[in-house]
Parts: sequence; C-alpha cells; structure tokens
Amino acid sequence: MMILNLIYRSLRQHAVSTIVTAASIALATGLLLTVWVVKTQSQAVFSATNSGYDAVLGARGSKLQLVLNAIFHLEASPGNLAAADVEAVRRHPAIKTAVPLAVGDNFYGWRIVGTTPQFFDVEYQPGRRYTVEAGGKLFADGAREAVLGALAARRLQLKVGDKLHPYHGLTFDAAAKHEEEYTVTGILAPTNTPVDRVIWIPLSGVQTMAGHDPRTATDVSAVLIQLRAASAGVMLDTMINKQGNRMTFAYPIGTIVAEMFNKISWVDKVLALVAWLVAAVAAGSVLVSIYNSMSARRRDLAILRALGARRRTVFGAVVGEAAAIGALGALLGFGAFAVLCSGVATMVQAQTGVVLEPFQWNPVFWWGPAALLGLSVLGGLLPAWKAYRVPVAESIAPVS
Amino acid sequence: MPLLELKNLTKTYRRAGEVPHVVVNVPHFTLGEGEQRALRGESGSGKTTFLNLIAGILAPDAGEIHFEGRNLVGLGEAKRDRLRAEKFGYIFQTFNLLQGHTVLENVELGMAFGGGVDRARAEELIRRVGLGERVHYFPGQLSSGQQQRVAVARALANRPRLVLADEPTGNLDERNARESLALIREVCRENGAALLLVSHDEAVLAEFENMQDFAALNRALVTNGGAS
Repeated sequence: MMILNLIYRSLRQHAVSTIVTAASIALATGLLLTVWVVKTQSQAVFSATNSGYDAVLGARGSKLQLVLNAIFHLEASPGNLAAADVEAVRRHPAIKTAVPLAVGDNFYGWRIVGTTPQFFDVEYQPGRRYTVEAGGKLFADGAREAVLGALAARRLQLKVGDKLHPYHGLTFDAAAKHEEEYTVTGILAPTNTPVDRVIWIPLSGVQTMAGHDPRTATDVSAVLIQLRAASAGVMLDTMINKQGNRMTFAYPIGTIVAEMFNKISWVDKVLALVAWLVAAVAAGSVLVSIYNSMSARRRDLAILRALGARRRTVFGAVVGEAAAIGALGALLGFGAFAVLCSGVATMVQAQTGVVLEPFQWNPVFWWGPAALLGLSVLGGLLPAWKAYRVPVAESIAPVS
Repeated sequence: MPLLELKNLTKTYRRAGEVPHVVVNVPHFTLGEGEQRALRGESGSGKTTFLNLIAGILAPDAGEIHFEGRNLVGLGEAKRDRLRAEKFGYIFQTFNLLQGHTVLENVELGMAFGGGVDRARAEELIRRVGLGERVHYFPGQLSSGQQQRVAVARALANRPRLVLADEPTGNLDERNARESLALIREVCRENGAALLLVSHDEAVLAEFENMQDFAALNRALVTNGGAS
C-alpha cells in the first residue's frame, strides 16, 4: 500500500513527464494494435470474401488477377472470354450457377460492371442476399438502368432517378465519356463487400457500349461460378487449367487470396518491425524520463531510506512507477488504436469495399498492452537499480 | 540499563587515492530512557556521521551500538532499516521534507515504513506543532519554521524511543530556532522519547541541562587534529 502511495505521489510530482511518456507508450500501443489488427483482420476478411461464389472463370492468365478483378473489382481484366466458351462451361453438369461479368467502364473512377439480374439472386454470404433499398428496384435486363452499390451511391451522392454517363476505361478520363445515359433505378443495401463500390448495369450495356469493339460484343470479362460439389472444383481445375489453354479457372477463391497475402507477407513483417521499434523507443522513453530525473530524486530517495524504507522498497517504487506509466500508456493506447484503426478501416473500405471490424476481439488486445507494460518495466529497471544504490548519508546532507 | 550505549565505536572513510580518514572514534557513550542531551560540536567534527551510525544509516568499522540492550552492529541492513523505521526519529538541519508530498503525507511517511500509517495520529501531531490549518499544504508553501515543525511531527510520528536531531535549528532565524527547539523538547517529553541533539549553536546548547562536548567524546578529533 505504501509503495502504491509512493508511486502515485511521484507520478503526481512529475506529472508533465508522466503524461508525455505515457503518451509515447500510448502511441506505440496504438500502432502495434493497429498493425496487428489490420494484418489479421484484412487477411481473414479478404480470404473470406467470395461474394458467394466458389470460383472465377476468365481468360488465360493470372488466377489472382482474375479474382481481384471479378471479386474485389480491383485490377484490370486479364482478357475476354468468348461467348461460346462461356456457354460450354455454363452447361457443364458440375456447375450450379454461372454469372457473367463485363468490365471496362467507370463513372468518375467508380467501376461500372455489367452482369445479369441473376447476380443478385445469389447469397453473397451464407443467409444474406442482396436487397434494394426502399423506393428502388433492380435494373431490367437490357435496359439502360443502373443499380448502385451502397458506398458508390453515398460517395457519388446519386439517388434513384438520377442519370449517369459511363466513361471508358477503368480510370476516370473526362474525354472518354460514352454517349449512353443510364438511369439509377436502385441502391443496394450495404453488404460490407466489394459489391458496395460498384455501379451495376446490364451485361449487354457494357458489351455494346458505343466505342467498344463490336467484335467483342458477346464476350465477357469473367464468369462467377457456384459448383454443385466441392470435388467438381478439382476436376474443372484439371480440365481447364491443366488440359486446356484458353481459359483460367480460379479455384478456390479463398486460397488464391491467402496466397496473395503470403506473397506480401514481408510487408506485414516490415510493419510489425516498425511497430516493435516504436514500442522499444517508447520503453526507452520511460527509461530516459525516469533516469534523467534520478539526480533530482536522489535526495527524496535518500530521505525515504533515512525514514526506514528498505532498498527493495525504493527499487520497487521506481519499477512500479515505470509500470504505472506503461499501464497508463497502454490504456490510452486503446484510444490511439481506435482512432488509427478506424482511419485505416475507412481507407480499406474506400479502396476495396471490404469492411474491417477493428473492435472484434483479437488476442493482440491483451498481449500487445502486456508487452508494452513489460517493456516499460524493463525500462524502469536501470533507474530502479540507481535508486537501490543511492548512498543515504551522502545524499541527505554533507558530512559535518 | 541505558537506552543507548556505544562502545569503542569507530568509522573511517576510505576514498580511492586518499589516506583513510578516521571520522568517529568514541570509546564509550550512553543515553538514558527519555533523557535529553545536547552534543556541542563544530562543523566537520563528525557529528552527523555519529548520528548516522546510531541510526543505522551507516555501518561502523568496529565497536558496539547497544539499543534497548540489543547490539545493532552486525545486524543486516534490512533489519537496521526496520529498526530505524520503528524506533528512531530523525530531524535534519535542512528539514528534508519531500517536496512533492503534502504536510500530512510527509508526516505519514514517518510511520509508513514501521508500524503502518495512522492518519489520526498524523493529524494530531500536525495540530500539536501548530499546522492544523495547513495539513494539505506542500513544503514549498510553508516558511522555514513551519517546515521544521513538519519535520518534528514526522520524527515523532512512529512513536520513537530515540529522536536524533542534527543541527535542527541551523536554518532558522533566532525566534524560530528558539520556538522549534522548545517544541522538539516538549513533544519528545510528551511522547516519552529520548533526544540526542547535536549543534554548534551556543544559544541552543544553553537550553540543555545535560550538554556534552563532542570533541571530548570523539577521539578521532584528537588524532586528526580537529577537522574531519
């Protein structure tokens, strides 16, 4: 109890350095938690994002590019699929659902994707189907109508009845405006998936847009596939990827995304290293803060010793002070984490449509602050040792 | 049996590159229960070292320190700390109050490492030394005389058997010095504590019926030719 009083009073006496040091610990904690949560959450959420499909069929090329293009609406399409090839696959008995996509246009940088109304019949997550918000409806197949993902509608401030002109290409170029005008007929309810970032129009709209090559008017960019059985995926993989040479069958989607994270795992390592370095610097700040004040505290510590405090008591008080600063910083670190991670999650959603849930339980929530607390205690050991060795008689008064 | 008895107590300072320097060499010294005694000594005569040896802050090179019949020499440092916390009060020339602690907190420190904090006693002592209205003041908000009163209250907080006072009026003006001295003696008497005070101030020493010359007590001064 006495030690706690000593710690509290010392923190109070050195309030400014306590706050500054705790703030540096808070920043380090926030950074560490953010790096870890974003890493684990993004890996988990991206790997689980498949819009309800098992596989993607596309032109011969990279499976990852195909998945990024068709599922996450990032990257360019690796090429087109001929209608005859699509039909052949669609009729395959192992395939339950095949939904074509066509890309190539945007509206102020927001991707326009052509598809069939069937796309909206599929459960994008188990038990969850697309719904159009009140007052709207899906586009009619073949009509110049558009349905907007929730995020796209919000950012573009478009509502039912508004008109839009597509622009050619996947990046916005004011000079590449198409003549066709589309009317917004519905806004999709938020799904927290990449679908929210897309402007959906009928497949034929993209295929036959003025200025597009008429020779490709029946081609598609990709086909989203649901299989009747998981075993069919292996069979189709062999048939299309190993025996064929015109198409790519990206299956299973989650594994392909996980492979992407494996390829960029060095980024995680660099970020984690930076976070740990910041943590080490913060722990160093505890050491420097307390150590620098030891000259001023020497007399106080000697007085405590003269009053009967044991060496281990003053040692414990200094270590406890470091721990208290670490604990305060770690606690405040959750606030820093909330701000940092919310910012990162907003950016990730804006760029990919994928929604991270920063506040979902993650083991780093206990071991992260515990690690910072441990580092702070380590930072307090050297000044505590100095306190332990304070010469009482010399420090209280000059020898008479 | 005296409360305190010292036998052949010596302390030598050894600094690298210097000749060892005998600071204290006291063949015999006693102090009775509740006795109040002053030791006259000039600056540099080894008075503070002498008090620090008695309090167990310093360990002697040789000799015996019997307190309540128990020889303290040979006790481990932790036991000496414990004994100091429970049985001794110490009043310093420079008060040695903790600046980040209030009056109440400083007085509570006097009992914190011994039997435990008794807030009612701390408040009672603060009232006794005339600072009842300044319980929550910090030392920096008090005059020198008031700070010395806090130091007196702190020294008595643990109900000590012996109070050691090292030039307790050295930093006070004449009026405050006189008042502080009277207060120290009264409060020690009220609490049944013996008082051993060292000073070079003749006015202070004149207040004591029982006064001894430290120069006569400490043979080191003869050996070293005076200053230590």
